[in-house]
Amino acid sequence: MTCAASRPCYFFILICFVLRKLPMKRFVLSAMVVVLMGSWQIASAGDVVGKVTLKGTPPPEKPIAFDDTCSALHPTVTTTRHYVVGKDNGLANVFVYISKGLEGKKFTPPSKVVEIDQEGCMFHPYMAGVMVGQVVRFKNSDPLMHNIHALPMVDGNQEFNFAEPSQGDVNDTKWTASITKPEVLVKIKCEVHAWMFCYVGVQDNPYFAVTDKDGQFKIPDLPGGDYTLTAYHLKATAKPGVSRQITVGTGPVTADFTLEVPAPK
Amino acid sequence: MGFESHPTGRWIVTIYRGLCALLSVVNSKIVDNVGLKRHAVLTACMTFVLVWMGGLVTSNRAGLSVPDWPNTYGYNMFFFPPSKWIGGIFFEHSHRLVASAVGLLTLILALWLFGRKSRPVLRWGGIVLILAGLCLCLKFPAHDKENICLSVLGLGSLAASFVWPASEPSPRWLRVLGVSAVAAVVAQGVLGGLRVTELDARIGIFHATLAQLFLVLVSAIALSQTEFWRGLPVQAETDRRRLRFFFVAATCLVLGQLVLGATMRHQHAGLAIRDFPAAYGRIWPNTSPAAVLSYNQNRMEDSGDNPITAFQIELQMAHRIVAIAILLAVSLGAWRACHYLGRRHPLARLAFLWFGLVLTQALLGAATIWTGKSADVATAHVACGALCLVTGGLASFVSFRMLAAPVAQCGAAQKTELPSLLASSSITH
Repeated sequence: MTCAASRPCYFFILICFVLRKLPMKRFVLSAMVVVLMGSWQIASAGDVVGKVTLKGTPPPEKPIAFDDTCSALHPTVTTTRHYVVGKDNGLANVFVYISKGLEGKKFTPPSKVVEIDQEGCMFHPYMAGVMVGQVVRFKNSDPLMHNIHALPMVDGNQEFNFAEPSQGDVNDTKWTASITKPEVLVKIKCEVHAWMFCYVGVQDNPYFAVTDKDGQFKIPDLPGGDYTLTAYHLKATAKPGVSRQITVGTGPVTADFTLEVPAPK
Repeated sequence: MGFESHPTGRWIVTIYRGLCALLSVVNSKIVDNVGLKRHAVLTACMTFVLVWMGGLVTSNRAGLSVPDWPNTYGYNMFFFPPSKWIGGIFFEHSHRLVASAVGLLTLILALWLFGRKSRPVLRWGGIVLILAGLCLCLKFPAHDKENICLSVLGLGSLAASFVWPASEPSPRWLRVLGVSAVAAVVAQGVLGGLRVTELDARIGIFHATLAQLFLVLVSAIALSQTEFWRGLPVQAETDRRRLRFFFVAATCLVLGQLVLGATMRHQHAGLAIRDFPAAYGRIWPNTSPAAVLSYNQNRMEDSGDNPITAFQIELQMAHRIVAIAILLAVSLGAWRACHYLGRRHPLARLAFLWFGLVLTQALLGAATIWTGKSADVATAHVACGALCLVTGGLASFVSFRMLAAPVAQCGAAQKTELPSLLASSSITH
C-alpha cells in the first residue's frame, strides 16, 4: 500500500500538526487516538484471493500442426490452450482485475520485469498481466527464428512487429515504447509460426492477477475500500468479463467466480 | 433511351462507350515475333505463379513473417540463407523473390515491345547501373556483393543494347500496355513492402486487387502476340446481341467479387461463416452482438486470427450472393454465345471455358469452407479466381476484335474518339 494513495494518511499528518500545540497529557491521549485511526487505515489493505471454476464441458482443444523444425522440439502432441482446466474444475488463464474503485489514483509501475518467452515454438506464459510502464521482456529461447507481433486495439497503443532471429535474443524496450494505455487484452503472435499466440492484460494499477493452473489467484495489498472485481476469460466470458463487488478491510477477501462454457451455436 | 436518361444509366453508357473506343484500337496489325511471344507468355505464366504464391502467403498467415523490407531479416533479400527459410518465412520470402523475377521479366517485355527504340534506354541504363555499382563500392565497401551485382547487371544491359532488341516497335497501344505493366509491377512491389512496414491490412487489399489486374494486363499483351489473335477475323460480325457488353459486365462482376474476396482474406479472421450452403444453420445468419459473441466463444482457433465481426459475416454473405450472380451471368453469356454465334465460334469456346472455370471456382469456394479454410484449397480458390478474371478479360478483348458494334449504339463514340486514337497508333505494324 502506498501512503500517497490513502486520504486518511493526510488527515493523520494534519492532526499531528495541530495536536503538537495542546498540553502534554491531552496531546498524548489525542495522539494515541489518531495513531490508532491511522493504523487502522494503513492496516486495512488486504489480499484478494479466490478461485475461478468452470462449469460445463469445454470443447476439445485442437492439436497443433507444427512444421518440421518445431515438430523436433515437440515429440508429444501439443494442443491449443483455450480452456486449461485443473484440479476441481479450476480454470487457468483468467485475467482478474479491478475494473472500478481505483479511478483517479496514480501508481508507480512495479520494477519486476515480466518475461514472455518463445520456447518450443510456443509463447510462455499464454496469459500475462502488466502495468502500464512496466517492462515486458520478449525472449527467444528457441534455436530458430521467431517474431513478435502485438495487435493492440485501444487508441494510443501502437501495433508493432519485430524479429528475434537468434536463440538468446531479448528485447526490453519495444513494449513500453508502444503500449502506453490500459487494455484488456493485447494479443501477441508470431508471424513465422501461425499457431503461436498469447495475451497480455494491461492495467494502470498493480492490482490484477492471472489464475494459475488450478484457477487460483491472489491480488495482494489492495487498499481498503469498495471495488468491482472482474474476471475475464477469452472464451468463457464476454468482454469486459464477469464482475462482482468486494469490500476490502483489514483482512483477506475471498472472491470466487464460476464461469460457464457457452452453449454451442 | 429511358436507361440513358437516368444519371446512373448515363454513367454506365459513357464508360461503356469509352471502353468500346479503347478496345477498338486493338485491331491494328502486329508483326510476328516468336521470341517476344514466348517471353510475353512466360511473363504471364510467371505472374500467375506469383499470384498463386501470394495466395499461399495469406492462406498460411505468413504476410508479416518477414518484418522488414526491402531487406529480409537484415540481409539483402537475394542473399538470405536458405537454411533460414522456415515456417511462414518460406512463403513470404519466396514470394518476394518471384516478384523480383516477374518485375525483371516485365521490364524486359516492355523494352522488347519498344523494339529498337529501347536500345538507348538500355544503353544509358546500363551505364548508370555500372557507375552506381562502382560508386557504392567505394562508399559502402561492406556491401560489396550487392554493388558488384549492380555493376554486372549494368554491364549485361550495356552489352545487350548493342544487339537487342532487333525488332520493330510494336503498335502504340501495345507499348502503352507495356509501360503500364512496368508501372503496375513497381507499384505492386511498393504496396507489398508498405503492407509489411506500415502494418496496415488495407494495403494488402489493394495489393491483392492490383495483382489480379496486372495479371490481366500481361495476359492481354501475351495474347496479342499469338497466332490465335492474329488469326481472328477483325470485326467480321456485328454484335447484334450485345455479347461484348455481356463479357465486359460479367468481367467487372468477377473483378468486384475478387475485391470482396481480398477484403475478406485481409481481415485475418479466418472463416467468418463455418458452414455451407447454410450460414450458421440458417439461410441468413444471425449477426446480433450476442450471436457474434457466441460464434467467437465457440470457435477453437489454432492460430492468432482476429475475432469474427458482424461486418465479416455480411461480407462473406455478399461474396456468396455475387458468386451466384456470376454463375448466372457467365452461364447466360455462354448460352448466348453458343446460340447466336455457334458452338465452334472462338467466343463461344472461350465462354464455355469461362463457365467451366467459374463452376470450378464455386466448388473451390465451398470446399474452402468445408475444409475449414485449408491453406491449399483456399489458395487454389484464389488462383482459380485469377484465371476467371483473366478469361473474362481476354474474352472481352477478343469480342471487341471480332464483333463490330451495331452502328446505332457505338457509332457516336467511335466517330469522336476513335479517329484521334487511331491517328496516334502505328496501325501499319
